[in-house]
Amino acid sequence: MNNKVQNNKAWWLVLPVFLLVAFSAIIPMMTVVNYSVQDIFDQSSRYFVGTDWFRQVLQDPRLHDSLLRQFIYSACVLLIEIPLGIAIALCMPTKGRWSSLCLIVMTIPLLIPFNVVGTIWQIFGRGDIGLLGYVLNNVGISYNYAANASDAWVTVLIIDVWHWTSLVALLCYSGLRAIPDVYYQAARIDRASSWAVFRHIQLPKMKSVLLIAVMLRFMDSFMIYTEPFVLTGGGPGNSTTFLSQTLTTMALGQFDLGPAAAFSLVYFLIILLVSWVFYTAMTHSEKN
Amino acid sequence: MAEIRLQNLAHSYSKQPTGPEDYAIREMSHIWEQGGAYALLGPSGCGKSTLLNIISGLLSPSEGQVMFDSRVVNDLSPEQRNIAQVFQFPVVYDTMTVFDNLAFPLRNQGMDEKKVQTKVQEIADVLDLQPLLKKKARNLTADEKQKVSMGRGLVRDDVSAILFDEPLTVIDPHLKWKLRRKLKQIHEQFNITMVYVTHDQLEASTFADKIAVMYGGAIVQFGTPRELFEKPQHTFVGYFIGSPGMNLIEVTPQAGGVGFGDVHLPLSVAMQQRIAEKPASSLKIGIRPEFVHVWDGPVDDAMCAEVSHVEDLGTYKILNLRLAGHPLKVRIQEDKPVPEGQAWISFPSQWLMVYADEYLLESGHE
Repeated sequence: MNNKVQNNKAWWLVLPVFLLVAFSAIIPMMTVVNYSVQDIFDQSSRYFVGTDWFRQVLQDPRLHDSLLRQFIYSACVLLIEIPLGIAIALCMPTKGRWSSLCLIVMTIPLLIPFNVVGTIWQIFGRGDIGLLGYVLNNVGISYNYAANASDAWVTVLIIDVWHWTSLVALLCYSGLRAIPDVYYQAARIDRASSWAVFRHIQLPKMKSVLLIAVMLRFMDSFMIYTEPFVLTGGGPGNSTTFLSQTLTTMALGQFDLGPAAAFSLVYFLIILLVSWVFYTAMTHSEKN
Repeated sequence: MAEIRLQNLAHSYSKQPTGPEDYAIREMSHIWEQGGAYALLGPSGCGKSTLLNIISGLLSPSEGQVMFDSRVVNDLSPEQRNIAQVFQFPVVYDTMTVFDNLAFPLRNQGMDEKKVQTKVQEIADVLDLQPLLKKKARNLTADEKQKVSMGRGLVRDDVSAILFDEPLTVIDPHLKWKLRRKLKQIHEQFNITMVYVTHDQLEASTFADKIAVMYGGAIVQFGTPRELFEKPQHTFVGYFIGSPGMNLIEVTPQAGGVGFGDVHLPLSVAMQQRIAEKPASSLKIGIRPEFVHVWDGPVDDAMCAEVSHVEDLGTYKILNLRLAGHPLKVRIQEDKPVPEGQAWISFPSQWLMVYADEYLLESGHE
């Protein structure tokens, strides 16, 4: 009946991927797992501590604060960048010289390295030599990111919006360009208002790129490190100390490798969980 | 409900057209009567979609006028013209249910919800969409989607005309037939002017009462399917309609008729006069493969042609002949004997057409 050759040679084809994933993800992560369940003093003295580090980390008020801050920050980033990106994409010219120019201008922020972006804004916002800070202070708005927590917070948010909204806009733009003209023609014939066109044609067709945009922006903003670090070093106080910076301080500053490892895993799981929730929520509505 | 009149209409995509070849639509005047079912038939790139878009208002003609019931509508958008159009690829609003899709044009007009309900139910009945009303449009098959997009045109009772732009291209062959029937039925029921663009002659002739054949941006013939078949006004119509197309042979005028090679074809005196009156750079005769008479043996005025091969298409056969070096196709019944080596044929005079510069010469009295 079954004349097919039965062997397992095909597994060899999977091997390269398996090795790649092993070395790039699994092995490093297992090292972290290894650290998270032991208290290591030196090569010879290491003690298994079970879930102690996890318990300690989960009860650390410092981490609770930065986790909360992190969630608020990521939520703000998404709430601003996604609608703004869509709006920009809708306004961008669709053809001709202007569309290429727009695309190039939009790409520029994406090409600038994180720490350069941080430095640009750090100088830009200074009250003495920075254009933004100087102008704001002179028109009577007191602004000082180094002293005022909310100023610092808003500045970090604006940096991210400035840096990454283009990405969302470009993704949406590509999604919009993929909509065949007949949809717009049909909508005109059906006398759809521009809101209806957006709601029933453009938004549904942009859905898959929006999913990518939301995931990318969530993951990136949830791991933000460089910008606040360059701008204020996480201050003033702890106002712009986000999770990754807390983690760095713990791991490299205090050399608490055990708790830091446990924390990394929790951090990773949070990102995974939230991304999964986004993904299922957005793909679930696909199927009725 | 409207009569559509095209007056000296022409369209060019280039800003400064210099010659006729710059025109996608060459100057034409034309009337589509209210309530008629029309087809625009032609090969790809002949300008039929351009013409359709001009009628619907998606495109504004560069010259001439489009009139709906003697009102010039050149500058009106499709929504102002009250046109419904069904496109080649079915357009449905994915996220909405079939019901909401059908209700969409009505709701956009601000119709009250009760009336929307009854209208949609009515159309769903006609199109057999009742069982699908609650389904999301995204999950439909191509033919169901196409029915939904037709339905969106039909629900509005104020439409002046429904235009179809090759609506059955993406539909499976066995469903094409059903949808075509449905369209015909709808046309009879609603008495709306319908214009149907297609490159499929079968589709055109089953749907339309009258067919406009387009070629090179011009309507070369406008007539019933029968007229197109029996009396093609242009060699292109002869070639494009029918399967296989008309036999067209270049001829030269001779005393008493025309001829090619050593073949002489006598023509009526009136026709001879017409040919003499109108010197043309090319003169052709045309005869449909169905109308070539095949004799069983040599008879008086029959011509002898070589048989090169026979195609058996199941329900009929096509004889490929060579007459004085010219290829000639003849369609014969399946049960008829196939002549071997040689065939004796003649061209019945009522089916022998003469074309001067590609246009039919009519002798005037018949």
